Amino acid sequence: MNSQWRTRILIGLAVAVLAAAIYFPILKRRVKRQAQVQQQSEEQARRELVQSLTAATNEPLAKARLFWASEPDGSELAATTVELPLSNDPVLRAKQVLNTLLAGPVDAELRTLPPDAALLAFYILPDGTAIADFSEAMANSIPSGVQSEQLAVDSITKTLEANVPRVRRLKILIHGQEAETLAGHLDLTGTFPVNTNAPVAPVAGASAPPKK
Amino acid sequence: MSFGILLFMPDMKYGFRKIPAVLIGATLLGAFAAHSQNSATSSMQSPGAVTPQANAGASRGLNIVVIDPAHGGTDPGARGVGGVRESDIVLDLAGQLRHGLEAQGFQVMQTRSTNENPSFDDRSARANAQSGAIFLTLHISSTGLPGTVRVYTMPDMPLPPANGGLIPWEQAQAAYLSLSRKLGDAVQGELTQRFKGSPANVQTAFVRQLRTTAAPAIAVEISSVTIQDKADLDRMLPSVAEAIVRGVVAFRPSYATPTVPGVAPGAKP
Repeated sequence: MNSQWRTRILIGLAVAVLAAAIYFPILKRRVKRQAQVQQQSEEQARRELVQSLTAATNEPLAKARLFWASEPDGSELAATTVELPLSNDPVLRAKQVLNTLLAGPVDAELRTLPPDAALLAFYILPDGTAIADFSEAMANSIPSGVQSEQLAVDSITKTLEANVPRVRRLKILIHGQEAETLAGHLDLTGTFPVNTNAPVAPVAGASAPPKK
Repeated sequence: MSFGILLFMPDMKYGFRKIPAVLIGATLLGAFAAHSQNSATSSMQSPGAVTPQANAGASRGLNIVVIDPAHGGTDPGARGVGGVRESDIVLDLAGQLRHGLEAQGFQVMQTRSTNENPSFDDRSARANAQSGAIFLTLHISSTGLPGTVRVYTMPDMPLPPANGGLIPWEQAQAAYLSLSRKLGDAVQGELTQRFKGSPANVQTAFVRQLRTTAAPAIAVEISSVTIQDKADLDRMLPSVAEAIVRGVVAFRPSYATPTVPGVAPGAKP
């Protein structure tokens, strides 16, 4: 009797182990798929946000020049022409092109900015200084290094230079705060030149940071 | 007369934050001048120390190389898939570079020689407190074409207005840009001969570490920690060190510190 029970228990254990061995890869695949779906839905939500922002302007489509990497692991930028309903308001226009830049090119390997980064706010001061406030992912998710960080900032400044002539220089904030560096290398305490010859004049519709 | 360091607290534009600034410039420290020439030894200065020998005008040649292995401590820098840490590799490179430079007769100082992480300002202060020094900050990237090396200097910076020879800490590199580019081109030229695919000339980037350094200063960045086999990266280091040493030796005759306070280095007084 005892040996019969022992055999039954051993068989039961063997069946349980076998079932677990079969089910574990299935479970792993499901978890992975779930994570991918979640990531895709976040990406989709952001893209929809960008589309709603660009569609909300009711402006006719115009050609915008956006700067992404020219090749994977490359150090150069290449201009890509994209049709967007560009606003005449420089602040809204800057938001449109930067959000499209953040959404990324067709080839994801040519990205210059982290896919999970977001533009939180954008202002242009009367002297032509633009302030772009990005989410923390901009600093946390960008590949660390002088080359990659400079490429990221260059893609932003060149895109602004090509599409928002009003911006003379750019100040980058991370989640509303001044950061010492982008990801350990590139200096964010100063401003980056954009259109250095842009005329200095107040523009209707230009916003300024709210006074506290 | 020699140079000294003063401290003040200006307001930053747009009120982002108040940042302390240090002015480096001419002060009456004649009593220390003779001493300063002898005291610029390879011993470490405490970070941010205000020393009378800072930029002493008595020295007119390149004597000291300050090597800055980036990151360290809780900041590993770029990380590779196989556990490669930028902070460890640049420390190895710094050691190899130190031997090469000392063999050429340079006094060598390191901003760190263990797994610690001094602040950017503390690292700059090591160089700013020396007379006749150059500054080399060492990095490994996490992107770029593996097996290549890039040298960076700061882009154009406006020279601060003449203020009795005082230079704001935030713009300390401005007066040295011309010399930094000469140094960068010399080092990049040597690296490009050894590592195909590297750029022919020095690049510019707003490198935080360089901005507050009052000396000819370059950043050297190797690509990259994503290299499949760490041994490949290890094999690069002796050649990188040798190229930097040769570049520094080639640059040496170009180096001249000003004898007149407020005159940009390399300029004829």
